[in-house]
Amino acid sequence: MNFELTEDRRMLADSLSRYLREQYTFDTRRQIAESAQGYSSTHWQALADLGIIGALFSEAHGGYGGKGFDLAVVFEELGRALVVEPFLQTVLAGRLLAAAGEAGSRAAQALAERVITGQDIVAFAHGEPQAPLDALHVCTRATRSGPHWILTGQKAVVWQAEAASALVISARTAGDPTDTEGLSLFLVPADAAGLSLRGYPLIDGGRGAELELDQVQLEADALIGPEGGAWPAIERALGAGIVALCAEALGAMDAARQMTLQYLQERRQFGQPLGAFQALQHRMVELLLEIEQARSAVIRAAAELDNDNAQVREQALSMAKYTIGQAGCLVAEEAIQLHGGIGMTWELPLSHYAKRLIMIDHQLGDADFHLQRYIALGRASAAG
Amino acid sequence: MDLNFTPEEEQFRDQVRAFLAAELPASLSARVASGKHLGKQDLQSWHDILNARGWLASHWPVEYGGTGWNPIERFIFENECALANAPRTIPFGVNMLGPVLIRYGTEAQKRHWLPRILNGADWWCQGYSEPGAGSDLAALQCRAVRDGAHYVVNGQKTWTTLGQYANMIFCLVRTDPAAKKQAGISFLLIDMNSPGVEVRPIITLDGAHEVNEVFFTDVRVPAENLVGEENRGWTYAKYLLTYERTNIAGTGYSMAAFERLRNYAARAVKNGRPLDQDPLFSARMARVAIDLENMKLTNLRVIAAVAGGGAPGMESSILKICGTRIRQEITSLMRRAMGPYAQPFIADALQSDGPATPVGPVEAAPVSAQYFNNRKLSIYGGSNEIQRNIIAKMALGL
Repeated sequence: MNFELTEDRRMLADSLSRYLREQYTFDTRRQIAESAQGYSSTHWQALADLGIIGALFSEAHGGYGGKGFDLAVVFEELGRALVVEPFLQTVLAGRLLAAAGEAGSRAAQALAERVITGQDIVAFAHGEPQAPLDALHVCTRATRSGPHWILTGQKAVVWQAEAASALVISARTAGDPTDTEGLSLFLVPADAAGLSLRGYPLIDGGRGAELELDQVQLEADALIGPEGGAWPAIERALGAGIVALCAEALGAMDAARQMTLQYLQERRQFGQPLGAFQALQHRMVELLLEIEQARSAVIRAAAELDNDNAQVREQALSMAKYTIGQAGCLVAEEAIQLHGGIGMTWELPLSHYAKRLIMIDHQLGDADFHLQRYIALGRASAAG
Repeated sequence: MDLNFTPEEEQFRDQVRAFLAAELPASLSARVASGKHLGKQDLQSWHDILNARGWLASHWPVEYGGTGWNPIERFIFENECALANAPRTIPFGVNMLGPVLIRYGTEAQKRHWLPRILNGADWWCQGYSEPGAGSDLAALQCRAVRDGAHYVVNGQKTWTTLGQYANMIFCLVRTDPAAKKQAGISFLLIDMNSPGVEVRPIITLDGAHEVNEVFFTDVRVPAENLVGEENRGWTYAKYLLTYERTNIAGTGYSMAAFERLRNYAARAVKNGRPLDQDPLFSARMARVAIDLENMKLTNLRVIAAVAGGGAPGMESSILKICGTRIRQEITSLMRRAMGPYAQPFIADALQSDGPATPVGPVEAAPVSAQYFNNRKLSIYGGSNEIQRNIIAKMALGL
């Protein structure tokens, strides 16, 4: 048993944290988050040069990390500084590309290398407007037409899609909307004819887009990975995304807790600091307890991310995302309440942390989704 | 990061399991599993079995007859015992007084009292709370006045757990009423058989006789029974409390209780299907299961953090709140699972050798009594509100 980070990971966290503290101040972040581009090419490249993207990928994939704890260390710092750069998409799409590259797709492998060095941003487009709460609901269809694939469908709230030079898009080559079988992945250039994006700002900063695929014609090698057998790779990528989001939430919760604590110590009412009131002290303690429990959940999820026992791995991931969903919303709502009126303002950094924490529960399945998934996984194992 | 036990720790766990398989009497674990009240003989027999193996005093150094275990070994031992439905060890002598004597007692006190704790010659109870001193423990008024070679004690203690079995009580008494609250308190060892000591039962809401009131009227206590220095008792009391709170999360108890819940919910039927398939009940179960998994790891993180030495401070407060919340929720779910069979209260069926036949599912008999009894978890050992005060002060600087 050992809960210490390795020296390498501590150094990684330190160098990222120093960069963000010095270069990615809250004012900088605010400008980037509200910008038309929704991220910063300059900082993205600088962070890539610092090795932050490489840390998210294994050596076999061209990086130097890629384990659960590498993701956790990086994303906790990103959360602490409320970074809006396309890291989550890079984890999702990058893993899918790298896996497809391993399976023999040269196009995917070449692009994976460019993603890991920060030269290209690729986005994974998976969820759909008909059933945005369901991770498996894919109606987008891919059909063969001679040597080509034709894609038709819609994709919902694709983060940083406008920044992407290409998209990894899930589509059905067989099966019904919620089947695990019959899903395939396609690599689609951002300028493909028939692909249209409607971009928009997100409430917690950065940008997303709705995708419309109208008879998008692709070359045969646009199919990356096995036809109809993409779900295992998608599940593994989503798992990495869950660890990333949970760790990001942990960093954001910790920052929100510190800001709130500081406010309770400084703000005076009735002739004393707010922190002197026991009613507020106990609420603050509650946040601390929930954050500690959440940290345990994230550690477990990071430790199990590469476990080949699917039930153990996926249950740990769902436990973490459920725990983070609960704790993140509590911290966000309580932090605003404990700040009072000032917590309602756009001006205060805390309010942006609260928005991010709430929105993390809207990404890759919310607390209810993962609670149900955890129960279903337990039943499946009991039945098996 | 490595969440697995080391090979040495796994070996230790196997040793503990083998010991429990060989030495824990089946009749005893069956009584624990079925929620019976354990009598003095039950508790004493487990105490003796542990002592015979040399595994009784898990907090004591080897030189005093302790195990010398590190915190991880203690955690493993306590969890395995709970999972095997072993009775709890009575903590007052072994886990509370023992460490205080080892740290603050004279050589003569150690030589006299420590072996008697191990061999069961003395059954200790704890004289801390008073009617006017609960959460505000330092407000205690039980008075001890020096009279030659004795102290004369007058006053009252309450919530004295298993005091009806005890022949000795360690007490916090006021020796200097003029000093500030914490400064005038001393730590005194009192023979319960002395003239002037009276024990009266307090029956709790579950019908159990677990706690007592103890009255002292002109009780003469030899001065050599003072531990440490006069008026420094508060320091020793706080030291003892850190030990009272070591296994405070009760992770093993929760794991064992959740297993019982899971087994029962798989067999009980609601709306024509197993209770664990019911969407609302399975969600309640899943929530507490996840909380418990998280707490197990939180507990291990705390242990790893204090493994370098020292007793946990604020961390034990965190574990106490989380742990008792989870234990209470599990007993609450067990009660819900019984539906109408939570109502029958056949007290005799809960006694260790009670002859009465329970009604309804065999698991139903103790659950409501346990549910009500377990309300104590968030009250004793420093109420959960007091724990929040401690965390606020230590962690938040508020």
